Amino acid sequence: MTRTRVVESWLRGPLERFVRETGARLVLLLTPAGQVLAQFGFTRAIDVMSAAALASGIAASTGELARMLDEREFRALNHQSRRHGIFLARFGTPRGPLLGLVVYGPDSSVGLVQLFFEELAADLAAAAPPAPPRAPLLGQDFERDLNESLASLFR
Amino acid sequence: MTDRMVRALDRITRVRGVRGAMLVAATDGLLVAETAMEGVRTAAAAALSAALVARLGRATAASGAGVPTFVHVEAERGALLAVPAGDDILLVTIADPEVNVGLARLEMLRAVEEVG
Repeated sequence: MTRTRVVESWLRGPLERFVRETGARLVLLLTPAGQVLAQFGFTRAIDVMSAAALASGIAASTGELARMLDEREFRALNHQSRRHGIFLARFGTPRGPLLGLVVYGPDSSVGLVQLFFEELAADLAAAAPPAPPRAPLLGQDFERDLNESLASLFR
Repeated sequence: MTDRMVRALDRITRVRGVRGAMLVAATDGLLVAETAMEGVRTAAAAALSAALVARLGRATAASGAGVPTFVHVEAERGALLAVPAGDDILLVTIADPEVNVGLARLEMLRAVEEVG
């Protein structure tokens, strides 16, 4: 049974390769606003929603800290605990900036995750179709998009 | 990089055929110090070597052989050598196929003494 779920098909190949190479336990690909585009390893929608909201919040907070320090942005954050590491990084695609959240265990390492995350970002940038024209963002559209994303991630 | 580390790595890279030497955090797979020729992807080699040595360690432990003390991987266009260099540190050397492995190993072990 595959544990990779994607909203758009161009995300699947690079994400599956990343997971295979790093042995990551959980992966989320999302927009900086928190809309999930792909996930690996999560089994419950509520966990995806929470992780996406937290990752988006962390990226926004560190982005603001970077601005205060006259930095352009923090490229990546890594939290290391006894059993797990959490890696959060931002990267660009023709579809706009995306965030990657990776949870890895002792059978992987931050070095491996960093190395293959660079490849994931490059693969996604190459595979991404051009961005569709932007429509004004309405509350009801956001809620509909969120529900559609979650439905396709847990079909 | 401390002088001791620089001296230790320089000693290895003076061996003919050695293209780079690096100290790697074994658990994280991150570079601690490096001396390498241009074009050697040291960060990638560090991450992958640390993962390789960790896996080999599990294999040797499972077979009752204990912890690896020297790793030599011969490849089509070169060789990868690794030795533990103290607490959670690996010394990794990347070399051409014609390198004198015995000499490189000797210099690596001397370097480990210097770093340790």
